[in-house]
Amino acid sequence: MSGGPSQQLLSELASRPGGNSWADKLIRWVFISLSVMFLAALLISPLMIVLTSAFAKGASIYLKSFVDEDTFAAIRLTLTIALIVVPLNTLFGIAAAWAIAKFEFRGKSILITAIDLPIAVSPVISGLIYILLFGSQGWFGLWLQAHDISVIFALPGMLLATMFVTFPYVARELIPLMQQLGNDEEEAAITMGAGGLMTFIRVTLPKIRWGLIYGMILTNARAMGEFGAVSVVSGHIRGLTNTMPLHIEILYNEYNYVGAFAVASLLMVLAIITLLIKTVIEWRGLRG
Amino acid sequence: MAESRQHTVLPGFGLTVGYTTFFLSAIVLIPLAAMVLKASSLSFSQFIAVLLDPRVIASYKLTFGTSLLAALINVVFGFLIAWSLVRYDFPGRKVLDALIDMPFALPTAVSGIALTAVFAQDGWLGQQLARMGIQVVYTWLGITIALTLIGMPFVVRSVQPALAEVQRDLEDAAETLGANRFTVFWRIIFPTVLPALLTGFTMAFARGIGEYGSVIFIAGNLPMKTEITPLLIVIKLEQYDYVGAAALGCIMLGMSFVMLLSINLLQAWGRRRLFVGKR
Repeated sequence: MSGGPSQQLLSELASRPGGNSWADKLIRWVFISLSVMFLAALLISPLMIVLTSAFAKGASIYLKSFVDEDTFAAIRLTLTIALIVVPLNTLFGIAAAWAIAKFEFRGKSILITAIDLPIAVSPVISGLIYILLFGSQGWFGLWLQAHDISVIFALPGMLLATMFVTFPYVARELIPLMQQLGNDEEEAAITMGAGGLMTFIRVTLPKIRWGLIYGMILTNARAMGEFGAVSVVSGHIRGLTNTMPLHIEILYNEYNYVGAFAVASLLMVLAIITLLIKTVIEWRGLRG
Repeated sequence: MAESRQHTVLPGFGLTVGYTTFFLSAIVLIPLAAMVLKASSLSFSQFIAVLLDPRVIASYKLTFGTSLLAALINVVFGFLIAWSLVRYDFPGRKVLDALIDMPFALPTAVSGIALTAVFAQDGWLGQQLARMGIQVVYTWLGITIALTLIGMPFVVRSVQPALAEVQRDLEDAAETLGANRFTVFWRIIFPTVLPALLTGFTMAFARGIGEYGSVIFIAGNLPMKTEITPLLIVIKLEQYDYVGAAALGCIMLGMSFVMLLSINLLQAWGRRRLFVGKR
């Protein structure tokens, strides 16, 4: 966890000989102001402009931009995708973390690298691979057409692409946590006759729950916000295969800036909530 | 501990390893392999022709150039930010610390349109820069700014823990022995933080090469000028040139592998250094 300087460290730095010389003060001032300026220009001003642009024509126009069938459909589709993808990837993350943290086996490091792969791969590729498999020219394209199943330009393709992109987050959160916690308590429970599932629910889950929750909300944020991968497989059919981020693009390209930033403001609030939960979990962790 | 794990009584080995491998193969590995297979339906000379098309070459230069520049900017400012957050206490430090992760959580389409609005000719910062004759939006500069935002948390979050690990008694000892501030920095702090800095750099660079959502709004996507490689894949798909898209995808996948390998090696190097230092 990142944390910051502890009180002990700060007092130690302050008590250091020469720690309060004019040169130290100058360096400190330069470092802090450069950091703040950099973050203000790059991070804080975009966040502010989302709000000012969304409310550029007043609160009533802002609210009106949500009273739109296509916007509504986009919000519904985004929620549907998140509701399906998050549980599936959570289950995967728990299984992967248990396998990797609790056992030694050959090929473990390859497995870890393979799990990380979706983070390093361009989101465009995550969409492309499913088009190559399930698109009209794809490996299963003819078969799917013959059975009247659409994967690409439909919900299943968007689910697959979103799953690919958000695949590693729960596992990456849980693996280091479970490795650090060790196996002693689980082994004790098993030795005393508890079943595997019981041991997981009663012994492991309480220890990892905050990491699990953070992994899940991060997966959720990425699932709701994914753009590139979903854009490639969606076909941008309004009211049908348009998620919130894709809808932002359509509104933006139609010069409906208030509408685009209004939808963007919802996703920004989601991101802020995600970070708030993360921060609270971290502070709790520091206290406990 | 390693021994007890090898002979552990814990159940679920077959189930969890099997499930993980199956799910991983179905969602990630087999689809990626299918892309490589699709690209291999091209003959070697056709494959090379796709990869060396002038428009594609222009996109490599742009994608790599801007990603590299953005990652370098992040090394400098990421270090400054990490240093300020770890070593100094100032009002708003905790809020700033929490905000660092914003680019991870914020959808790329949102940061894309927001950055475009900030740096447009009539935007808050775009106005000031336009007065100096600098155009950001629809140029490589705009792409660099978008990639800098996306890569920033990777460097900060990688350097922060390493900076906290620097042994202060070593610094104190060096100072007591008469080393000045810069000697302490170059001989003690910098070497300890270097692996983390390089890891963060590589992560930001890798992320930049693949980035799509936050770039396409600010890039303007002018052929030969501001088209990034991931966008060319999308364009090829829109033209139903699936094989060409797969060929470009393979090149980008190869790059990702190299990056992932470098990150793993750098992290292993960093861990080794840390443990040697502790003993």
